[in-house]
Formats: sequence, C-alpha cells, structure tokens
Amino acid sequence: MADGEFESALNAAAIKYIDGATGIAGLQRLTAGASQETWAFDAQTGESAIPLILRRSPGGVPESEAKAATQRNEARVIQICFEHGVKAPEVMFSLKPEDGLGVGYVMARIDGETLAPRILRDDTYADARPKLAGQCGEILAPIHAVPREKVDFLEEITPQDHWQNTWEAYEKYFLEWSPSPVFDYAFAWLKERVPARDRVTLVHGDFRNGNLIYGPEGVRAVLDWEIAHIGDPMEDLAWICVNSWRFGNIDRPVGGFGEREQMFEGYERASGIKVDPDRVKYWEIFGSLRWGVTCRGMAFTHLTGHDRSVERPAIGRRSSECEADLMILLGGADAS
Amino acid sequence: MRPDRPTAEELLEAVEEFLRERAIPELQGQSSFHARVAANVVGAVRREIAESAPIEADQHRRLLALLKHDGDVETLNRELCEQIRAGQWDLADADLLYHLRQVAIENLGVDNPRYSAYKRLTGQG
Repeated sequence: MADGEFESALNAAAIKYIDGATGIAGLQRLTAGASQETWAFDAQTGESAIPLILRRSPGGVPESEAKAATQRNEARVIQICFEHGVKAPEVMFSLKPEDGLGVGYVMARIDGETLAPRILRDDTYADARPKLAGQCGEILAPIHAVPREKVDFLEEITPQDHWQNTWEAYEKYFLEWSPSPVFDYAFAWLKERVPARDRVTLVHGDFRNGNLIYGPEGVRAVLDWEIAHIGDPMEDLAWICVNSWRFGNIDRPVGGFGEREQMFEGYERASGIKVDPDRVKYWEIFGSLRWGVTCRGMAFTHLTGHDRSVERPAIGRRSSECEADLMILLGGADAS
Repeated sequence: MRPDRPTAEELLEAVEEFLRERAIPELQGQSSFHARVAANVVGAVRREIAESAPIEADQHRRLLALLKHDGDVETLNRELCEQIRAGQWDLADADLLYHLRQVAIENLGVDNPRYSAYKRLTGQG
C-alpha cells in the first residue's frame, strides 16, 4: 500500500475508534523490524493530541496465521494487564479487516527512554538507578497475579518444554554445523535440574532492558509482550539478570543497575510470595543458554535464507558471549 | 598463509580503520549502525586469522588429554560434545571444566574481547 493510502486509512481508523478524534498528525515510522512494524502518531481531538503507537505485521500482512494469532494475542494480553494494574500501555483499538491496515493494534504512547546505556550512565537517571531493581520486582508481581482464566488463550510452556524447545533449536543450529562443548555442558547441567511445574502464571517472557520504558523517576511501562505465555513466573525475574542485558555493568546483576535481593524484596512485598533464589539462578543459566542458541539461529537465518544483512551473521558470533557467561555461572569463577 | 605483504591482517586493519575513522562519521541511522557492526566483524576476522593457529594447537593438546586418543580438532570436539550429551562425563570434572573455560575464553577473545565476561574470565576485571 502506498504511504498516502496507509496514512488515510489510519486517519479513518482513528476517527472511527477514538472518541472525539478528528484526525491524526505526526505519523512517523519508528522501527522496521522483521517481525513487527512500529509507528508513532497523535490522534487529534478538539483540545488536545493523544500520543499513540501502531504495531502491526510488516506491511500489515502476517507471515502466517500463527503470526496473526500472536499479534492478536499480544494486544489482548496488554489490555488485560493494563486492566489488572500492570504498568503496560492502554490498548486503544485492534485493527479490523475492514480498516484496510492489516493485522495490528494501536496503544498509548508512553514518553521515556528505552536505551540501556543511557539509563545506566546518564545523570538524568542517577536518582532512579538505586530504585530500579526494586521497581522491577514490584512491576512483575501484578503480571504474575493476572487470573489464569483471563489469559487462557495463551500457550503454556512448562520448564520441561522450555528445555526441550531450546534443545531442538540447538540441534538445528549447532549439531549440523559445529557443536559447542560449553552449550552441551550447560544442557546436561540444566537437564538434571529442570524445576517442577508448580506455580503456573502469566509470564511476560522478555522482561529486560530494551523492553522497559524509563523516566527520571524510574520504570514507567513494560513493552514487547510478543512472547508472553503461561509458565514459571521466576523466568521473568531471571531474564533481566542475564549478563547480555547488563550492558557492561557485570557486577550489578539486575539489568546492570541493581542487586537481586532488591528485586526479590520488591517482588515479595508486592506479591506476598517468597522468591527461591536457586530457581531464579536456574532460569538465568537457562536464559544465557537460550540467548546463545538464538544468536546462532540468526546467523542460520542469514546463511540459509534470502534476507541478507551484516547484522544477522554478526549476531551469530555473539553466542560466544553466552559461552563465557555460562562458564562464569557454571565454572566456579567469581559470579555476580 | 601467503608469505607476502601486506598480510591479510594488515589489509583488514586498514579496512577497519577506514570504517571507523572515515565511513562511520559520515553515515547516519541504520547505515551507521550497520557500518559499526561491519567494523566489529572485520576486527573479529582479523583476530581469528592472528590467533587461530595457536588456539587450535592448544585445543588439540587439551582434547587429546581429555579423550586419550588423537584426531583432528573438529572430530575430537564433536566426540567430546557427544560424550557430555550421553552423560559420560562427571560435570564436576576439573579437567573438563578447565577445557570449557578455555574454549569460552578463546572464542570470545576472537569475537568480542571487550565483553564484560571476557575480562572476568581472564582475571582482568
């Protein structure tokens, strides 16, 4: 669809779905991701402008019915979380086929910073930094308290499924090329320690720097609900501790800004549920392994597909960052 | 490697310098980002050329000691991975852990020695 057609279709949709909207302004493309397109714009009403974000499949056309379902589920999860007091953006409307915009949804645009190096080093966030780990715990508690029946349209991924899925990715991306003895070791170590399926809740699935919006006062909102699922809530407390998201601040395990104990305290205060640090550690090790396998998967996509770029094969070599992280976690080096 | 100057390393060094000092400052947005990725890739390839022979020799020596028979590094590595997978190794084995740690250091030393875990594993930070 031509840009002009796209803009007028979005204009019409905004008028149709948003009370008092007379049109849109300031349409700007933010990202052109392979899986999602993100646009910023304002809906104009009589006296003010409502800042909004459109997320849709690339060109509005999902790759498959499964991707379309993911996109629809994402909007539903965000809205349900918003209604249950989670710091998530309010979903204003989902696109319908007759809107001519494809599959996607429009949500509130929350002002703030997502770039981790700025959060970790700029003076603007100096006062917030010591509070961020606690806030992360507080924000996760209501996500894990969303009633199961409200999100029963999401798939459950048990701890055993996670191990198996990542193993199958490893078989595909490594075993046919070159296996990593570090990853094989980590798989063997984790296999003996897969946690029991006991507390089962909504899991954000990608709770880390890059998907959180910060202001000078702290965390404002959680974004990117694409891989939200049902599973072990401790996955979320661990993923933000994976060294890949500490951006150089290796000695501050939570996102490069805080201590695990601060996050656990915030979580326990808000949820009334005690955190088992060993289980979080399991998921952190698992997270490093999974990210390492995912990195190689990106190179695999590059080498076996048609979508060529310098970024994907380069990310493939980042799996060695995860090998080093795993050897710190498993090999008895000083870990933090 | 070809016994000639400029060497492959010297050529890659020149490409990396060009990208960092000339091209990147003139580029914007996505292209600037991709040029930085490209410069990092050139750096990794340069280190791989410089370090792969001693790394391979050392890995070969360690694998020989662990598996107690000879072979090329690729085959021996595959065999070690299969043994770990099959549960044939005590995961607390100190020699095994030493080898894995060295592999991690060797790979990351080529790919991205600026990453925080590299300094931690090599005792520099």
